Amino acid sequence: MKKSTYALTILLLFVLLFGAALAGICVGRLSTNPMDVLNAIKSKLGIPVDIDEAMEIVVFSIRIPRVLASIIIGAMLSLSGAVYQGVFRNPLVSPDILGVSSGASVGAAGAIMLGMGIAGRQVFAFLGGIIAVIIATAIPRLLKNHSNLMLVLSGIIVGGFLSSLLAIMKFIAEEQTELATIVFWQMGSFANINLKEIFAIGPAFFLGMVLLIGLSWRINILSFGEIEAKTLGMDVKKFRGIIIACASLLTAAAVSISGTVGWIGLVIPHLARLIVGSDHIKMIPVTVLLGAIFMCIIDTMARALMTVEIPLSILTGIIGAPFYALLLYWQKANIS
Amino acid sequence: MLAEIKNISFSYEEGHSILRDISFPIDKGQIITILGPNGVGKTTLLNCIANLITPTVGEIMLEGRALNKMSPKEIAMKVAFVPQLIVPSFSYEVLSYVVTGCAPRIGTFEKPKKFHYDIARSALEQMGVTHISHKFYTHISGGERQLASIARALAQRPKIILMDEPTAHLDYGNQIKVLKIIKKVTEDGFSAVITTHNPDHALLLGGKVAALSQNGQFVFGKSEEVISGEFLSMLYDTDLHLYHISDISRDVCVVPTI
Repeated sequence: MKKSTYALTILLLFVLLFGAALAGICVGRLSTNPMDVLNAIKSKLGIPVDIDEAMEIVVFSIRIPRVLASIIIGAMLSLSGAVYQGVFRNPLVSPDILGVSSGASVGAAGAIMLGMGIAGRQVFAFLGGIIAVIIATAIPRLLKNHSNLMLVLSGIIVGGFLSSLLAIMKFIAEEQTELATIVFWQMGSFANINLKEIFAIGPAFFLGMVLLIGLSWRINILSFGEIEAKTLGMDVKKFRGIIIACASLLTAAAVSISGTVGWIGLVIPHLARLIVGSDHIKMIPVTVLLGAIFMCIIDTMARALMTVEIPLSILTGIIGAPFYALLLYWQKANIS
Repeated sequence: MLAEIKNISFSYEEGHSILRDISFPIDKGQIITILGPNGVGKTTLLNCIANLITPTVGEIMLEGRALNKMSPKEIAMKVAFVPQLIVPSFSYEVLSYVVTGCAPRIGTFEKPKKFHYDIARSALEQMGVTHISHKFYTHISGGERQLASIARALAQRPKIILMDEPTAHLDYGNQIKVLKIIKKVTEDGFSAVITTHNPDHALLLGGKVAALSQNGQFVFGKSEEVISGEFLSMLYDTDLHLYHISDISRDVCVVPTI
């Protein structure tokens, strides 16, 4: 892919993201008239317009934070998926498959049960996620089997165990308060998101984004495997550790406010590779933008399709799973 | 002398050593062919020189410094490693693959610039395969992959290039092509240490031979002096003969019959 084509692709994705965000802000239960939204913005800016006050609140306190959250979380989850796939040199893994999402969920649920707020939830989610990924990568090492399949199986083991742990936690949680919060949070909804929560995950978002985009070329080298990376002069353990920690941080931050939202971390990196190729220098920015666009569209659909809001995980699965099958078909199932 | 392997031994587990007391020098522009039967530790020896594993006993000196006291980056600026053919999980463009050879000289958060891509391009040119620059690594032939890997080693601008069975999995034409390339890069001043299963390759390449035999014996010397029918028969535990063919004025290793 030529440089100019790549620049054009990025530009196009930004336009799409802007369009998706705009659509997301305009769509909702109260009004889907873009003029109303425009008026709300005008009124916020101090321009006197004839407007329903409720609309202003809806646009600024509900819709904009929500669109922002969906963009950030879509970007985080797909970036962490792309990075896991790169460093584990395995196109079959994602935050869900490695058990990181489940680990983060257990951590976050624990924090909820301890009565912690969003900050504590993030820290616990991060610890849970890191522990999960450490165990998931330790099993293949113990068995001295480094095939792609073994890592996937190991992730399934860890994820399955942690999901059950989460179920136990729900079982023993206080029904009226804790359980309701856990269930609500875990379904992956942006319905109750507020700006405070978005600011809370801001540092994780920027740290992960900056470090991983900065290290994107190093991920190329790590994806050749340990021997090649080492003989090219890289401190493999250090780099792999930093990169996995960053990816887990992103996953944990996302999970801590929106629960587990499946598929996106698996599907979006494949789509990005299909568009710009495997070189992580190009592929990572495209993954971030695609993930943001995809999540924003999905969340808008979740609000608009039915009178009752559809949980995100359901939609990402219903759209993501067949889409993944289609991607595999386009790639001619070029996976070994 | 560029590097010196000094009395190294290596064992994966206690009491079971693979390499025993091996010493030899690596000079500038020299080809060293490591010969020996399966499982005798050819790749292990190569991995020691690449610092992928550390010898249990002894040390390797690189331009007067002990290898195990150098950082991976410092070593990578002097020693390049061409592994056996691999199928990568992701398909990169050949040029993007070759440019990773510049990694030791690029900062942690930096990305390769035009300067580095130019180095990669000229390495591919040296291999005579500029036409594959923009092809995907998974879409080129085994021979082309090997040449791309050697190009990457050249882009690393090392002193020594290590190659683990560079001719494995290649058809006969491509094997010879790769041997020619190896000879050429040593004429350009690089030193090459390669492992091979074909003693004829050692004869074709000339240079030195490092032979590891099943009983732990290690022989190092000029290929035409070390390699004889008797020696090869002992090394591979098979009846092998060396004949001089005057038409091509070189010795050829042959099996009388099977």
